[in-house]
Amino acid sequence: MAQKKLAIIATKGSLDWAYPPFILASTAAALDYEVQIFFTFYGLQLLKKKLDLQVTPLGNPGMPMPGGMEKFMPVILTALPFMQGVMTSMMKAKMKKKGVASIEQLRELCQEAEVKLIACQMTVDLFDMDSTQFIDGVEYAGAAAFFEFAGQSDICLYI
Amino acid sequence: MAHDQELDASGLNCPLPILRAKKTLNAMTPGQVLHVIATDPGSVKDFDAFAKQTGNDLIESKEEGGKFHFLIKKC
Repeated sequence: MAQKKLAIIATKGSLDWAYPPFILASTAAALDYEVQIFFTFYGLQLLKKKLDLQVTPLGNPGMPMPGGMEKFMPVILTALPFMQGVMTSMMKAKMKKKGVASIEQLRELCQEAEVKLIACQMTVDLFDMDSTQFIDGVEYAGAAAFFEFAGQSDICLYI
Repeated sequence: MAHDQELDASGLNCPLPILRAKKTLNAMTPGQVLHVIATDPGSVKDFDAFAKQTGNDLIESKEEGGKFHFLIKKC
């Protein structure tokens, strides 16, 4: 049986959205898939050496808050300056308590399993980022290179 | 049942038990049996799917004392 292939495009740079690409990529690799993740726009944040990923309740009515607060809290309060930091700390604490892996850990497991991490060169340039900010082992490529792999993939996800 | 290696993934959540099991199996030789202990209820279906997709043999899957036990024979 030919090795299956999974292609993922990761476009989001927040703590909650960082999970799906790394969880699916590492699991697929454990199931013997060949995996590539193409990071573009805000997804590039997930490749930084020093991760500072946050989660925001702003514009996110589905985010559970302590005591069911999300049901009655006015939306404007979610825009208060401290809210993002508080929610991020609470989310991280909860994840730790429930035995959910950290993004750093999942990313490392992906690299160990030879998941190919590709940064979109155009958006790296657009945001004036450079390779020194990113972890080792990242490759740089464009859309055509992504299609070379995605075109033969069994599963292709846009996250 | 006898096993060659044991992996305690208690307290770990998806997908860590699977990733740890895969890593441990990689270092084992075909025919050897790995005993995985987990507390994640999702791991029951996950180990079944893992075995089916990787061709390893899930010889036992049971709940005992609030924990889930899996015996996987490396193919």
